[in-house]
Amino acid sequence: MPTLEVQDLVTHYSIMRGSVKAVDGVSFQVEKGEALGLAGESGCGKTTAALSILRLLPSNGKIVGGHILFRNMDLATLSINDMRKIRWNAIAIVFQGAMNALNPVYKVGDQIVEAILTHEPSTNKSEAEKRVAKLLEMVGVDPTRAGNYPHEFSGGMRQRALIAMSLACNPELVIADEPGTALDVIVQAQVLKLLRELKSKLNLSMILITHDLSIIAETCEKTVIMYAGKVAEYGDVVGIFKEPLHPYTQGLSKAFPSIKAARTRMASIPGSPPDLLDPPSGCRFRPRCSYAMDICKTDEPAIIEASKGHFVACHLVG
Amino acid sequence: MSEEPVIKAENLVKWFPVRMGFLSSFFTRRELFVKAVDGISFNVNRGEIYGLAGESGSGKTTTGRLILKLAELTSGKITFKDEDITNYSDAKMKPLRGKMQIVFQDPYESLNPRMTVTDILSEPLRVQGIGNETEIKEKVNKILEDIQLVPPEEFLQRYPHELSGGQRQRVATGRAFVLSPEFVVADEPVSMLDVSIRADILNLMISLVEKYNASILYITHDLALARHMCDKMGIMYLGKMMEQGVTEKVIYEPLHPYTHALISAVPVPDPTMKRSDVVIKGEIPSPIAPPSGCRFHTRCPIAQFPVCKEKEPPLVDHGDGHLAACHMIGTAIWKKDLSK
Repeated sequence: MPTLEVQDLVTHYSIMRGSVKAVDGVSFQVEKGEALGLAGESGCGKTTAALSILRLLPSNGKIVGGHILFRNMDLATLSINDMRKIRWNAIAIVFQGAMNALNPVYKVGDQIVEAILTHEPSTNKSEAEKRVAKLLEMVGVDPTRAGNYPHEFSGGMRQRALIAMSLACNPELVIADEPGTALDVIVQAQVLKLLRELKSKLNLSMILITHDLSIIAETCEKTVIMYAGKVAEYGDVVGIFKEPLHPYTQGLSKAFPSIKAARTRMASIPGSPPDLLDPPSGCRFRPRCSYAMDICKTDEPAIIEASKGHFVACHLVG
Repeated sequence: MSEEPVIKAENLVKWFPVRMGFLSSFFTRRELFVKAVDGISFNVNRGEIYGLAGESGSGKTTTGRLILKLAELTSGKITFKDEDITNYSDAKMKPLRGKMQIVFQDPYESLNPRMTVTDILSEPLRVQGIGNETEIKEKVNKILEDIQLVPPEEFLQRYPHELSGGQRQRVATGRAFVLSPEFVVADEPVSMLDVSIRADILNLMISLVEKYNASILYITHDLALARHMCDKMGIMYLGKMMEQGVTEKVIYEPLHPYTHALISAVPVPDPTMKRSDVVIKGEIPSPIAPPSGCRFHTRCPIAQFPVCKEKEPPLVDHGDGHLAACHMIGTAIWKKDLSK
């Protein structure tokens, strides 16, 4: 049984002009000890999908449909009190923007202690402090720095502290939202290496949200390529990178220069992502797709299994 | 390509004084400086894209600003087409500004939200006093075609909030190129944009360079993009030039351990390619008190003591204009490290 199974998730934000269909029928599974990469451009719904799993949506966001199955429960409809027991103890998140996710007026160690005490009321403070020292050591931060304030930490150390915080209550699943952005290449490589090591050491399941396909290629086993709230392509990383089937994935991989491969002229995808208040009919990628046919205008492509473990939603396939 | 330097930067130095409180100035005798740029030299030739790469805090943006005289030099010399502009006043710089332009990083902040596209694109022409109203109109229309915002009528009266991120950066690029500049500093022009549209902006810049025979100083932290854009590159670390040369040489045959570390830290979009898990330790030290000797020695995997700690390595030509500043080049341990 997979650790997490998201089925047909639909999340809307209501704003003055109507409802934004940020996530519109997204399904994927995360197996035990496996990392899944959620990729796509800004506004494609990847962060919303992740926040839906933890039910941390802003007040105007709402899960309108679908199921989020975890430990025989449906997180989409779970009561707030039961959800609190899931957060951190079972599913934790490393928030985007290491620079701003820590409270500047509290010591880093105390913030991790707070996370432990909130979610495990039976633990006493000195036990929690001991655990913080262990956690910091595990992520490669000198435990004596627990008494420092966030501004005394470098960017990489803050990101490590946030990772330590996410692991504070031994979660089964960790969601990392853009863990590499805002960090320098070398520090980013250090943080990703740490995540890979922790994943295999603790047999963690992970969801990695990023716009950088290369990070997914290096860190994840499976990936979901999202476009405008929909899944464009989903499956095994090797299969998708070797033979991308959806024109959007193909376009994305062409837009990504590889430092190792031959120097070619980069190509981008013309146009920009659609307005999710009023998405285009049929296939949402149609206005930017160079292979668009008549059927793409009228029918929304269903997601099909093109080859074993490789799913795609495109009329061109099959 | 002709080797006609448009910009010659020689030994650029920029130290920012650290502001201290009234009381602490009693206790510290010494004035402290952030040594943002500390002796950088390079040339940018006509029609060339020169990439300046490094981590944040390496001084690459400051270098760009120094060359355009947007920041005052502590010492050094800047030559623009045989004209020594080092000590030029703002008034003397003004006519040259039309020839030396900049594209800023964030198009969400670099465009005035109260100005229309027409206003933004015609302002440089008005400031420089070029042409009458009809000529300005013509030039604005022409630059809109150059930056592929067509038909122009559709964009002329729009405000920045009515444009997408990519379109904004096109306008910012157009604003730099409307004066037909000979030299443009592009400071991380695509780092705020979505991946799917980055290539468009970069390809646009390449085509404008060809069209106007201009030169670009391309400042970036993304080596994969830099390799696709640049003819030559310089790798900076803590205000010093570590390595410079033709892009292919710097990327494929890096000499400096820092360049090597930077390149191996770039993720590769190929899951079958297993990258070595060797990542150098630590983060960039403070430029207020940079390490002695070679500034990279505190993080260098092959530093040997005492030489790397005590003596600053000179930037030496290792053939074909491929320069590097490292004591260890050619030694056995260096060969072993680079073969990883």
